[in-house]
Amino acid sequence: MRRHLLSVDDLSREDIEHILGRAESFAEVSGREIKKVPTLRGRTVINLFYEASTRTQSSFELAAKRLSADLVTIKAAGSAVDKGESLKDTVQTLSAYDPAAIVIRTPHAGAAGLVAGWTRASVLNAGDGKHEHPTQALLDLFALKRRAGSLEGLRVWIVGDVLHSRVARSNVLAFTRMGCHVTVCGPPTLIPRGMESLGCEVRYTLDELGSADVVYALRMQRERMTGSFVPSLREYAARYQIDGRRLGPSQLLMHPGPVNRGVELAAEVIDSPQALITEQVESGVVVRMAVLYELLAGRGVPGGVRAAETEPQPA
Amino acid sequence: MSGLPALERTQTPPATVLVRSVRLLDPRAGIDTRADLLVRQGEIAELGDSLEAPEGVELVDGTGLHAFPAFVDPHVHLRTPGREDEEDIDSGSRAAAAGGFCTILAQPNTEPVVDSAPVLRSLREHARVEARIPVGFMAAVTVGQRGEGLTEMAELADAGAAGFTDDGLPVRSAGVLRQALQYQRLAGRMIALHEEDPSLSGQGVMHEGDVSAQLGVAGIPSVSESTMVARDCALARYEGGRIHVQHVSARETVEAIETAKANGTKVSCEVTPHHLLLTDEAVRDLDTHMKMNPPLRSEQDREALVAALRSGLIDCVATDHAPHSREEKEQPFELAPMGVTGLETAFAAIHTGLVLPGVVDLGLVIERMTCGGVPFGLPVPSLAPGSPANVCLVDLDADWEVGEAGYESRSDNCAFGGRRLTGRVRMTIADGSVAYRERTFALGAVV
Repeated sequence: MRRHLLSVDDLSREDIEHILGRAESFAEVSGREIKKVPTLRGRTVINLFYEASTRTQSSFELAAKRLSADLVTIKAAGSAVDKGESLKDTVQTLSAYDPAAIVIRTPHAGAAGLVAGWTRASVLNAGDGKHEHPTQALLDLFALKRRAGSLEGLRVWIVGDVLHSRVARSNVLAFTRMGCHVTVCGPPTLIPRGMESLGCEVRYTLDELGSADVVYALRMQRERMTGSFVPSLREYAARYQIDGRRLGPSQLLMHPGPVNRGVELAAEVIDSPQALITEQVESGVVVRMAVLYELLAGRGVPGGVRAAETEPQPA
Repeated sequence: MSGLPALERTQTPPATVLVRSVRLLDPRAGIDTRADLLVRQGEIAELGDSLEAPEGVELVDGTGLHAFPAFVDPHVHLRTPGREDEEDIDSGSRAAAAGGFCTILAQPNTEPVVDSAPVLRSLREHARVEARIPVGFMAAVTVGQRGEGLTEMAELADAGAAGFTDDGLPVRSAGVLRQALQYQRLAGRMIALHEEDPSLSGQGVMHEGDVSAQLGVAGIPSVSESTMVARDCALARYEGGRIHVQHVSARETVEAIETAKANGTKVSCEVTPHHLLLTDEAVRDLDTHMKMNPPLRSEQDREALVAALRSGLIDCVATDHAPHSREEKEQPFELAPMGVTGLETAFAAIHTGLVLPGVVDLGLVIERMTCGGVPFGLPVPSLAPGSPANVCLVDLDADWEVGEAGYESRSDNCAFGGRRLTGRVRMTIADGSVAYRERTFALGAVV
């Protein structure tokens, strides 16, 4: 693996399998009463969030804490960012604290990549605009692999607002890399032109949904409805909502959350045993622990424990 | 109606220079030979072998150099007034001279907008003090470039406007453009158009295609340009007006202009070096030096532009030199402003990317880079004896890294920054005076 995690595209299949394996070993730690390991003791992780986030932010925080890192979380509101500080200046200021990692969420594509050029820390992309959200894709793979046993050959349908979804993009790449066959489906106004070039198929109706092993529903963002992407949420739900009628008994259901009940998913499928939604959230912490570990501690070291055993060196 | 667009420059003594044994190339004048070139008192005096050196002449050894008629760029942003930190008339005209240009036309999207005769006159005064080469100033089509009321086009023409454009923005309303075309009968002068339908380009920041889908970045579809070009050609034809389509980027636009030219519409158009040489693949890393409007499009689009430049469907090359400060460009791609600089690299980039691989003939590049003033009523520079001296001396073998030695421009947002190019302008004579001499290019001996 490289120094940063900016895009799923940077990860080979081998890298992904390695991270999933590492996450599996941390899942064991999560089962203990004391859920903490000393791996990143004395090292600093900075969470820099320019966008509101519940799941991603809290699970990155928990992941860092369970690895015993010192953690600082900075939200755009109330920080120097509010006073007009540029991204570059903010990152250079924070880098002066010599963090081992900066986890960044921004509303702008490529921002994590820019940050990587301005700091010596490892940069983890926690969502950059509509571009990518690689740790979401990894935790989805982890949750799905645990449930399905193997990812190879699975047929995955990603349904909904593909246009505005970084999750869709990262997951198409990640599922495809792991040998899944991916179809994206949604209203033509919400599928970007050129989507096929990511290596997926495109459908505009759910007619062939029955062929899927896994149905991955995307959040339908109400704020997008001000444009004329779909005539109404009612029409959208009528055509694209995953409900008990459309979801077959052998199909698995995933969703990145938060769910709009009654829009993209009907209540009966959210609470069904086929849904992996809670497992996805649970996977968030261990997968992010694994990513932090791989980037900061374990890389190429037998047993991967050197950083845990060695006192941190002053920079 | 007033005559030609006003061009201003600082007064410098006319040059008397003898370039010995230089490769002369001016396809339009039918000059393609090796000879001495004598510029006397700012005029091309004589071409020939072993010319006698007049007293006081500057002697330049032309061995290994080409002499071309200097270039004309109808599309430059000098950022003055308002953003002199990014470019001013001095630095912008110096950058132009360093690129081998002898005339440039500045766009009016400044702060304030060049939409009244007093603003235009003050710019002309400024240029008389600062401009290293002749600079003409375009005026806005609509007041404040707001797309509503027409500027006082007739008075602006009398005050020396080089033409009219709301560049940076389209003239959204077909009705307003139609009135501008009607008023053109009174005011004269070309109306140059930045073609973009904002209802199609929306929040887009790059070409809509595979790369934008992969990046999750909002796209600007090709049809946002081509549909406006088709509309405006129809209006120009109906009103008998003349339009110049700025920075053509899409294959569909080339097709629309082909149709319009075939049916007799008076339309000309330009293309930038970056659209001829780069595609949206260059945007993959979200490098803000690849962000401009119109955006870099697909390889098919690029090939269509090159073919249209060769066939003459595209009349001329223009740089759309658009300086931006470093702090503005050091932002996430979606936030950074659109625009790249290009005056200093235009010829070298095209030479490297199209001439050396054998795609486009060198003579054709010279023709297309020298005729950018024609749509605006300006003459084409020539090496023919008796012409005003507008000459650039170019070393076609010189290999250099863009930006390594800095830029003459105040800004460094060059699309070709960091690339190695072949071909370097060593000296430019504009309007009879030496406007540029490369620092490392030894001064000629004065006899």
